[in-house]
Amino acid sequence: MTTESPSHAAPTVAPGASYPEDVAVRLRADAAVVVARYPDERSALLPLLHLIQSVDSFVSPRGVAFCADVLGLSRAEVSAVATFYSQYKRKPNGRYTVGVCTNTLCAVMGGDDVYDAVSAHLGLGNDETTPDGVVTLERLECNAACDYAPVVMVNWEFFDNVTPDSAVDLVDRLRDGQAVTASRGPVVQDFRAVSRVLAGFEDGLVDDGPGAGDATLVGLRISREHDWRAPAYPSDATQDEADTADAVGHGDGRTGLHEVGEEQSSSDHAAATPSESTVGQRPDQPVDDDAKADDTKGQAT
Amino acid sequence: MTNSHSTLTPVLTDIWDAPRSWTLATYRDHRGYEALAKARDTAQADLVELVKGSGLRGRGGAGFPTGLKWSFLPAPDGGPRYLVVNADESEPGTCKDVPLMMANPHVLVEGVAITSYAIGCDHAFIYLRGEVVHVYRRLLAAVREAKEAGLLGDLEITVHAGAGAYICGEETALLDSLEGRRGQPRLKPPFPAVAGLYARPTVVNNVETIASIPAMVLGGSEWFAGLGTPKSAGHGIFSLSGHVTRPGQYEAPLGITLRQLLELAGGVRAGHRLKFWTPGGSSTPLLTQEHLDVPLDYEGVAGAGSMLGTRALQIFDETVSVVRAVSRWIDFYKHESCGKCTPCREGTFWLQQIMHRLEEGRGTADDLQSLSDIAGNILGRSFCALGDAAATPIQSGLTYFRDEFEAGCHTPARELFPPHRSVLHATDSEEVPA
Ligand SMILES: Cc1cc2nc3c(=O)[nH]c(=O)nc-3n(C[C@H](O)[C@H](O)[C@H](O)COP(=O)(O)O)c2cc1C
Ligand code: SF4
Ligand code: FES
Repeated sequence: MTTESPSHAAPTVAPGASYPEDVAVRLRADAAVVVARYPDERSALLPLLHLIQSVDSFVSPRGVAFCADVLGLSRAEVSAVATFYSQYKRKPNGRYTVGVCTNTLCAVMGGDDVYDAVSAHLGLGNDETTPDGVVTLERLECNAACDYAPVVMVNWEFFDNVTPDSAVDLVDRLRDGQAVTASRGPVVQDFRAVSRVLAGFEDGLVDDGPGAGDATLVGLRISREHDWRAPAYPSDATQDEADTADAVGHGDGRTGLHEVGEEQSSSDHAAATPSESTVGQRPDQPVDDDAKADDTKGQAT
Repeated sequence: MTNSHSTLTPVLTDIWDAPRSWTLATYRDHRGYEALAKARDTAQADLVELVKGSGLRGRGGAGFPTGLKWSFLPAPDGGPRYLVVNADESEPGTCKDVPLMMANPHVLVEGVAITSYAIGCDHAFIYLRGEVVHVYRRLLAAVREAKEAGLLGDLEITVHAGAGAYICGEETALLDSLEGRRGQPRLKPPFPAVAGLYARPTVVNNVETIASIPAMVLGGSEWFAGLGTPKSAGHGIFSLSGHVTRPGQYEAPLGITLRQLLELAGGVRAGHRLKFWTPGGSSTPLLTQEHLDVPLDYEGVAGAGSMLGTRALQIFDETVSVVRAVSRWIDFYKHESCGKCTPCREGTFWLQQIMHRLEEGRGTADDLQSLSDIAGNILGRSFCALGDAAATPIQSGLTYFRDEFEAGCHTPARELFPPHRSVLHATDSEEVPA
């Protein structure tokens, strides 16, 4: 095909001409950063589409044109890529995408009920948005959190062990404009802000939320209790013989950090994982019976 | 130090309970980046030999020997060669890489740095599924911290977010996606080792595979091979989900059994018994309680007619309809079929029609035969393994639970197996009549 070729046929107008000038300037600057991450500029297309969603909340016609101009592709080529991926929206998205996992395991564990409850409560079908533009409901495939089933993702942050009631409550709070905190993550940001992170721009929230939830740690806690560990590294054993004091001073590292870890898991851990007592619950809500059941489930006995 | 009675052997999981486990400071307190320093004092070829000798097999599902894969790269020709980490984790049931990267992204970054050095790569990529934004934050920060601390030298690491497509976990589809295209599989050969990203020699490995490299460098190949079974060496993360008392991540030597894991996990949820399970995600044939003692290593699970896959153990008790479970997985494969080849694109459509009929109790006399025929025509005739995977739950479901499929010709699954009995939040609803 003889299309506009990237570097030679210079576009008559700068990419983003259909955006207000200040937005276009910002988009061009961001796009340059994204493109610079790759040896071949076309690789920037997926993050650029996330970047478009950070401005327009969907893959807009002007966004397609922008990507095409930046990368020297035809608009058809850009659209063909955008329509392949489920995270790229074809119409303006709500401020929050509420995705309910209804793949088999979550569905069986309650995900179908969660989806039905939220759908009925909001009067929405799959990929529909509330009239106030706040919530877009979606069915999700497995989101790699099956040990926390049933799972809801709000703007791609984890809400673990949800129930139909806690999910309805969650969407009500979103529509009320309240801040909601993910089970394993920060206060949920709006769709555009999260789209910007997905374009590869950090937002300073990396240290929010725990390193791990209860289910993530369940095997490790059992190991600590039983003093189970992987064998020590042979090179350390040799060094132990040569210099015991040194080995003691070091602790024994990755495979033997048991003593250190034990202290941490009892005292610091609670602080480090705020979701611990509130799995599937909003932190400011009293823990109900369902959540208590979840809690005992998460503890090694 | 060795505790020979250890049923679980935390290596990758070992710092997950440390405060701020995701930071460089914490990782370094636990000997982080010591392996990278040691690797840089080792000849590249010796590192490849180390990995070969360890017996490490890819943790992304197929179990291909990792050192052998690295050694397939052609001799350096002066042009670039790439490492691409597959962090797309989307196989139903699989939930190990995401918690690993959330809790300890630096072990992956260190593994990337060591591997890049070993294979002569200056620019590595981590392709993360886009639907886990907090994991993306952790990875971006880890790479930035490591770079700022001077740990990466000249190595560039680009962490790239996908945008929602299971097929992008297939390594050649992943490469097309990373090149800014629709994620559709490529014809092999050429394999990525010869012509991968930008048609250059490329190693594609799973997150857990690469994250296993630092400990192996410190411990040595014999240390690694001292765990596991002769042909399935090392430690691995086993992910239990579904109807178990304590679902979650359990790191153990390969070869542990489901019976042992269930004991640790407090058994199947109280008052219920095991009905069926997947050893490695929905793409691996179902197993039943007769397989509780199968060693969960590559040969053991293959011997039982299934595959170890990603060690994603989804546990279903007697309340669950196999027809409903399989039907939902077929919805998934139909939804995720990339459309490139006819057997998978058309076959998943027809499988879905039939499974929905059976789930509704409106199956016809021919439906079971049609299911087998269509599954048989997809299997082995599809362009990539997604098609085979779609046939898998049908075939194994029919093998073990044919009567439930037959019942689908007259009775809806929800009558035979009322869904409320399976859910987590229904504590007292056992006696509610169907
Ligand atoms: C449909 C499909 C999906 C896959 N998804 C993943 C995935 O999410 N993560 C992964 O590591 N491998 C996945 N694989 C396997 C990869 O193609 C490849 O074998 C693997 O990344 C190689 O890494 P390893 O040798 O370290 O396991 C998938 C394969 C297929 C056919
Ligand atoms: S088997 Fe399915 S996913 Fe794979 S290439 Fe064919 S249509 Fe695409
Ligand atoms: S099935 Fe819902 S997260 Fe895996």
